[in-house]
Amino acid sequence: MVPRLKLSHITKRYPGVVANDDVSMSIMPGEIHAVLGENGAGKSTLMKMIYGAARPDSGQIECDGVVIGEHSPSQARKIGIEMVYQHFALFESATVVENIVLSTEKGFDLNDLAKRIEELSHRYGMPIDPYRYVHELSVGERQRVELVRCLLQSPKLLILDEPTSVLTPQAVQRLFETLRVLAAEGCSILYISHKLDEVQELCDTATILRGGKVVGTTKPKECTTSELARMMVGAEIPKIEIPRTTLSAEPVFSVKNLSAPALTPHGVPLKDINLDVYGGEIVGIAGVSGNGQAELITLLSGEVPCSQPDNIQLHGKNVGHLRANERRGQGLAFVPEERLARGSVPEHSLWENTILTADKLGLVKKGFINRSKSYELAQSIIAKFKVKATGPEASADSLSGGNLQKFIIGRETALSPSFFLVAQPTWGVDIGAATFIRQTLIDLSRSGTAILVISEELDELFEICDKLLVICNGEIHGPIETASTDREEIGLLMTNGRRANARKEAESAV
Amino acid sequence: MLFKVERRPQVSLKLRIAAPLIATVATLIVGVLLFSSLSQSPLEVLRLYFIVPLSSINGLSEWLLKASPLILIGCGLAVGFRANVWNIGAEGQLVMGAVAAAGVGLFYPNPDSPFLLVLMLLAGIAAGMAWAAIAAFLKARMNTNEILVTLMLSYVAILFLSWLVHGPWRDPMGFNYPQTALMPMNGMFEPFNMMYRLTPSIFITLAVVIVTWLFIDKSHMGYKMKVSGAAPLAARYAGFKQSSAVWTGLLISGAAAGAAGMMELSGPLGQLSPQISPGYGFAAIIVAFIGRLNAFGIVLGGLLMSLLLLGGENIQISLGIPSSVTRIFQGILLFFLLAADFFAMYRIRRVRGAEA
Repeated sequence: MVPRLKLSHITKRYPGVVANDDVSMSIMPGEIHAVLGENGAGKSTLMKMIYGAARPDSGQIECDGVVIGEHSPSQARKIGIEMVYQHFALFESATVVENIVLSTEKGFDLNDLAKRIEELSHRYGMPIDPYRYVHELSVGERQRVELVRCLLQSPKLLILDEPTSVLTPQAVQRLFETLRVLAAEGCSILYISHKLDEVQELCDTATILRGGKVVGTTKPKECTTSELARMMVGAEIPKIEIPRTTLSAEPVFSVKNLSAPALTPHGVPLKDINLDVYGGEIVGIAGVSGNGQAELITLLSGEVPCSQPDNIQLHGKNVGHLRANERRGQGLAFVPEERLARGSVPEHSLWENTILTADKLGLVKKGFINRSKSYELAQSIIAKFKVKATGPEASADSLSGGNLQKFIIGRETALSPSFFLVAQPTWGVDIGAATFIRQTLIDLSRSGTAILVISEELDELFEICDKLLVICNGEIHGPIETASTDREEIGLLMTNGRRANARKEAESAV
Repeated sequence: MLFKVERRPQVSLKLRIAAPLIATVATLIVGVLLFSSLSQSPLEVLRLYFIVPLSSINGLSEWLLKASPLILIGCGLAVGFRANVWNIGAEGQLVMGAVAAAGVGLFYPNPDSPFLLVLMLLAGIAAGMAWAAIAAFLKARMNTNEILVTLMLSYVAILFLSWLVHGPWRDPMGFNYPQTALMPMNGMFEPFNMMYRLTPSIFITLAVVIVTWLFIDKSHMGYKMKVSGAAPLAARYAGFKQSSAVWTGLLISGAAAGAAGMMELSGPLGQLSPQISPGYGFAAIIVAFIGRLNAFGIVLGGLLMSLLLLGGENIQISLGIPSSVTRIFQGILLFFLLAADFFAMYRIRRVRGAEA
């Protein structure tokens, strides 16, 4: 049989790195094929070349036995190659059908298109109302819009880039069912992921990339998770050790009756939030992104002060009215989700970036910056957290996401916080660094720090948290002891609050 | 096919040094074409433009005299520009500084006081700050656009000055000219030499250059302002007050412009008239950028800009070349300088496909 897609000896260089080095692989019609690899392994570059958004330096791409030379994304779509990106490209203030009509090249008959959308989405078990506005949709529903947009073109090859990173466990199952139906109809699926269990569940074949090279092609269903991980990382992954813990008598950090309006027009208002974090424990907040996390984080960190001083208490003292640096003086440290331009100043060097929050560690004397002290601190963070950087003079934006994250976590732990707020600690970080970061958080909590982790990765929360909270539609549910719950229960809580305006998804989830 | 502008990962020292040289060569080439097309000998024009003004002591004195306010104001503006606080109205703050200083000089009950000069300087600084404070207050409280407010306040200041010198402050002994009486002797900087106009006020500018360098590059406050400008979300994350960057940026630049106004009054001018500045406040914006918002760079930028002003006047007088041509030539030089600087920091890359 002629492969649907065949890559032969694809090489792509960017200044300073070889993104893909002699990559060959082939995908048969109707096959669900995983491309596994850590961040920076070259997955995205490879997909971009298949989709025509980048061009290989050498090698060739064949589709159904025909060599496709220089092609653009629009030509790729004509051949029948469609791609769903990790970050959706939808206009929030337009309806589903209006969004989809923008990407179709012919006709503007909205009613006709709406009918086709309804038909198609029902056929694949992901019903969607074409006349709803995108800003009313949950993340799972938005992904359906992107999928339907691709499926309307009756693709021969569908590329999905980390499609489950924002989905609840139930939504993931729905997506897998749809993909299986598609594959059964003969559509090939390229599934990019770093989540091993999903790949094992869904995919027939997996091509594993490391450092831009193919290091193996296997049948994931016949491998163990640790075998796959070893191929992906190239080394044994250290196990995280979680010692027993003793909690402080009083909560270190408390949120009391916190309500707040939405930050942005499509944001989520917070409704009467209460939570406690004790010294010695890690509490996780799970939730599908866009359920009030952004609002909550800015209020907890002090980037936006609360309306009432007693909304937030640190060591029993009211700090709700204090700004971020004042709360830092009371023992709060914070690692934001955005490492560049929030957690660091991109064009400043690492030593300059230590002064951002660690000025009280003797980096500023009599109003003047102590360069050598800052330099020393940066150097010690680089050494202690094994940050890959050319040195303290390296600019923040020259580091990879994972290394910058290690640097920022290193800087914040250097403050010896009694309460540590961390958003998306390992988002986009490779497995080795992620394990290291998780272990750091656990060690810190076991030494008495109260830690609150806000993450969209359920696996991570289940791995490191003692208690879980769920945020949904601006409300907090819980706490629930991690040991006494499972992913299904948390997954339901993550969608339940949205039942009112996302009934279909919640129902299909039940 | 698309083009994308991106920051160079590393800006080499060679490139940073080469950029102004390339700009100079490019300007000379265009200058030669420009002056040849006006049937002038390009070499002669360039000699009169760049060499003659600097080949006499009086020329050197005038050079520094004109560079001083440009550098002083440029330093003040750079502090705010680093924090994305865009004070475009230094001209107005300069005018208000001169007006307040003149008020003290004209009406202080004891014109023989040895402290008159200091009082006038303080009045000039305070008035420049106060004028900028209007924009700072509106920006910090109501988030009005400081570019518009400072610019419009400049015109208010210039008209206010015009009203004063045509009306209440007009010198009764001045043959009805729209100007005030001369400042008292104690309200004037004494020139180094009576033959030339340069005064010791240049040392104030020098001191400000050093203080600006310390503030921007060494102080914590300067650091906070740079962060506010480069990454506002990081400044919020760190807990720096946005409003304090706005106040600091506008007050410092206002103070510098006010001081420059006073130094013009108590130096070359001696009295107020409707036109007290040939646009120093606006030219200083360009000076600040030519100097890459760095204190020592601004010294070079100010010297260059001053030379352009002098040379321009010189070829107008000696060769009868219209002033518009000299302005075109100045514009060409500044254009190449800023463009070369841009390409030293950024590069343009061709991007294929849709995913730019």
